[in-house]
Amino acid sequence: MRTHHDAATLSAVRPAVKRRTRFAPYALILPAVVVLIVAMGYPLAWQIWASMMKFGLAQQFGQPPQFVGLENYISMFTTATTWGVVARSLTFCLVNAVLTMAIGIGLALLMNAVGKAVRLVLQICLLLAWAMPVVAVVTVWIWLFDWRRGVVNSVLTELGLHFTNHNWLGSALGLYFVATVIVVWMSVPFVAFAVYAGLTQVSEEVMEAASLDGASALRRFTSIIVPMVRPVLMIVGLLQIIWDLRVFTQIRMLQDAQTPLDSDLLGTYIYRLGVGSSDFSMASALSVFVLVITILFSIAYVLSLVKEDS
Amino acid sequence: MSRTAIFSRVRPSRVIASVVALLIAAIWVFPVYWMLSSSLLPNVVLTSTRPRFVPWGGSWDNYLSVLSGGSFLRALAISLQVTLIAVAVSLIFAFLAALAISRFKFRGRKSFVLAVLFIQMLPAEGLFIAQYKMMSTAGLLNTVIAVSVLYIAAVVPFTIWMLRGFVAGIPAELEESAKVDGCSSVSAFFRITFPLLAPGLVASGVYAFLQGWNEFTIALVILPRQDMRTLPLWLRSFIQASQARETDWGQVMAASTLVALPVIIFFLIVQGRLTSGLVAGAVKG
Repeated sequence: MRTHHDAATLSAVRPAVKRRTRFAPYALILPAVVVLIVAMGYPLAWQIWASMMKFGLAQQFGQPPQFVGLENYISMFTTATTWGVVARSLTFCLVNAVLTMAIGIGLALLMNAVGKAVRLVLQICLLLAWAMPVVAVVTVWIWLFDWRRGVVNSVLTELGLHFTNHNWLGSALGLYFVATVIVVWMSVPFVAFAVYAGLTQVSEEVMEAASLDGASALRRFTSIIVPMVRPVLMIVGLLQIIWDLRVFTQIRMLQDAQTPLDSDLLGTYIYRLGVGSSDFSMASALSVFVLVITILFSIAYVLSLVKEDS
Repeated sequence: MSRTAIFSRVRPSRVIASVVALLIAAIWVFPVYWMLSSSLLPNVVLTSTRPRFVPWGGSWDNYLSVLSGGSFLRALAISLQVTLIAVAVSLIFAFLAALAISRFKFRGRKSFVLAVLFIQMLPAEGLFIAQYKMMSTAGLLNTVIAVSVLYIAAVVPFTIWMLRGFVAGIPAELEESAKVDGCSSVSAFFRITFPLLAPGLVASGVYAFLQGWNEFTIALVILPRQDMRTLPLWLRSFIQASQARETDWGQVMAASTLVALPVIIFFLIVQGRLTSGLVAGAVKG
């Protein structure tokens, strides 16, 4: 009887509160959802639509675009120019990601191996490089690689190599080399810090026990350190691939400094197509391609973050 | 076992490692040093055949001529407007959303969190043409508001994610007990929760600031007009001009330093949180 009575009063009181809390979370996320839909959702939907349309000369004079299905995607992989851009981008991305990871892991091990003072000096220098805004970074490196007065040429010449007035940005390959130096220089600090943070979690006792049991340094590295920091390596590696695929500022600014033909990667090529020649269909198809690859590589990363959330 | 035995076993490898570490540190910091050093030297010195590695006889002249040009202050004003709007609005939006996902259980919560995390990964380079088309159709090219909206959307996801951790760290009971003691909901929030949240808001705010201040791609397509340039676009114009005429590298480096300095200072404040935020689950294990 009593419980019945309680339940009755409760149900009389609850609805008002319940309704308020039921709608409260939706009201709270509403502003964020709206801005995301306006600034990203709508352009994304438009882009998917545009990637299946044909925008030609007629459309610039007001004709509605024509539906062509997956034709743009097919020509993306069959037209030599576009395919070249895709292939170069993927190569650039992989080379940069691998180099960044290798050097970053090396520096993390180095931080682990040296004393506190030396480590601090190394960390401060890496932090300064990491903190630089990308536009300033590219500007400084263009000055360092300047063909007439740059320090790089002058030091290499001093070392007895023939680099007087060598024009680094004069060929596409040279431009990619400089871009790689820039990307690696600015990405390594994050990798080094993240991996070093992972390394400090490896317990001293385990390492000591292993070395007492006669495990060599190499063995300790492959059998203890690598498995223990594997999650960090996975995440950091994925982020490098995702970030290096979208490289834009570096290439664009190096092209500003000197324009060799055919040095476009995905980002700069999409820019040229979309803003330069209003070829929205191919620009959209390539953009969708970039997004799909990014999402595929993001899945593992996002899942690891969600695990943290629950 | 004598001391020397231990020393001979430990020392040589450690000394080599230290030397290598210092060498790498020097290589890594050199471009930053070179930017500062060049910014203090006159063009005559910079264009001599041998580089001068220490800025003897340097002066602030390059800075003075960059600052007196006028275009810097114009770009600074645009950058400040865009960045401050993006910081303020994204903090408010993200805070509300963070409150929703850390204090409420609701249908669609998990999908919202997943969507936010995936959106955070989307590169500007995969969307900027569509955003450009949208803004040009709406007649909003070359406006502060267009860039601000795009920046808000770009930083809101990560900001929600960062603030969520901070909000979840403050027990709801604290607020409850303040209410029991006679606080109103609003004053309980501002007296109890808000001060505890301040470090999180500062960290997220600095993150949003850095993103806006450094952003290049979106600004490039949305703000093509010269008098609407943000600082990164302004700095880039020096490089563009270098094709046409002899570059005054001292001035360009002074300009780079002016753009970089506030960023470096702010970055050093939030660096720790940024690393742990990006690799969260992985490092803690």
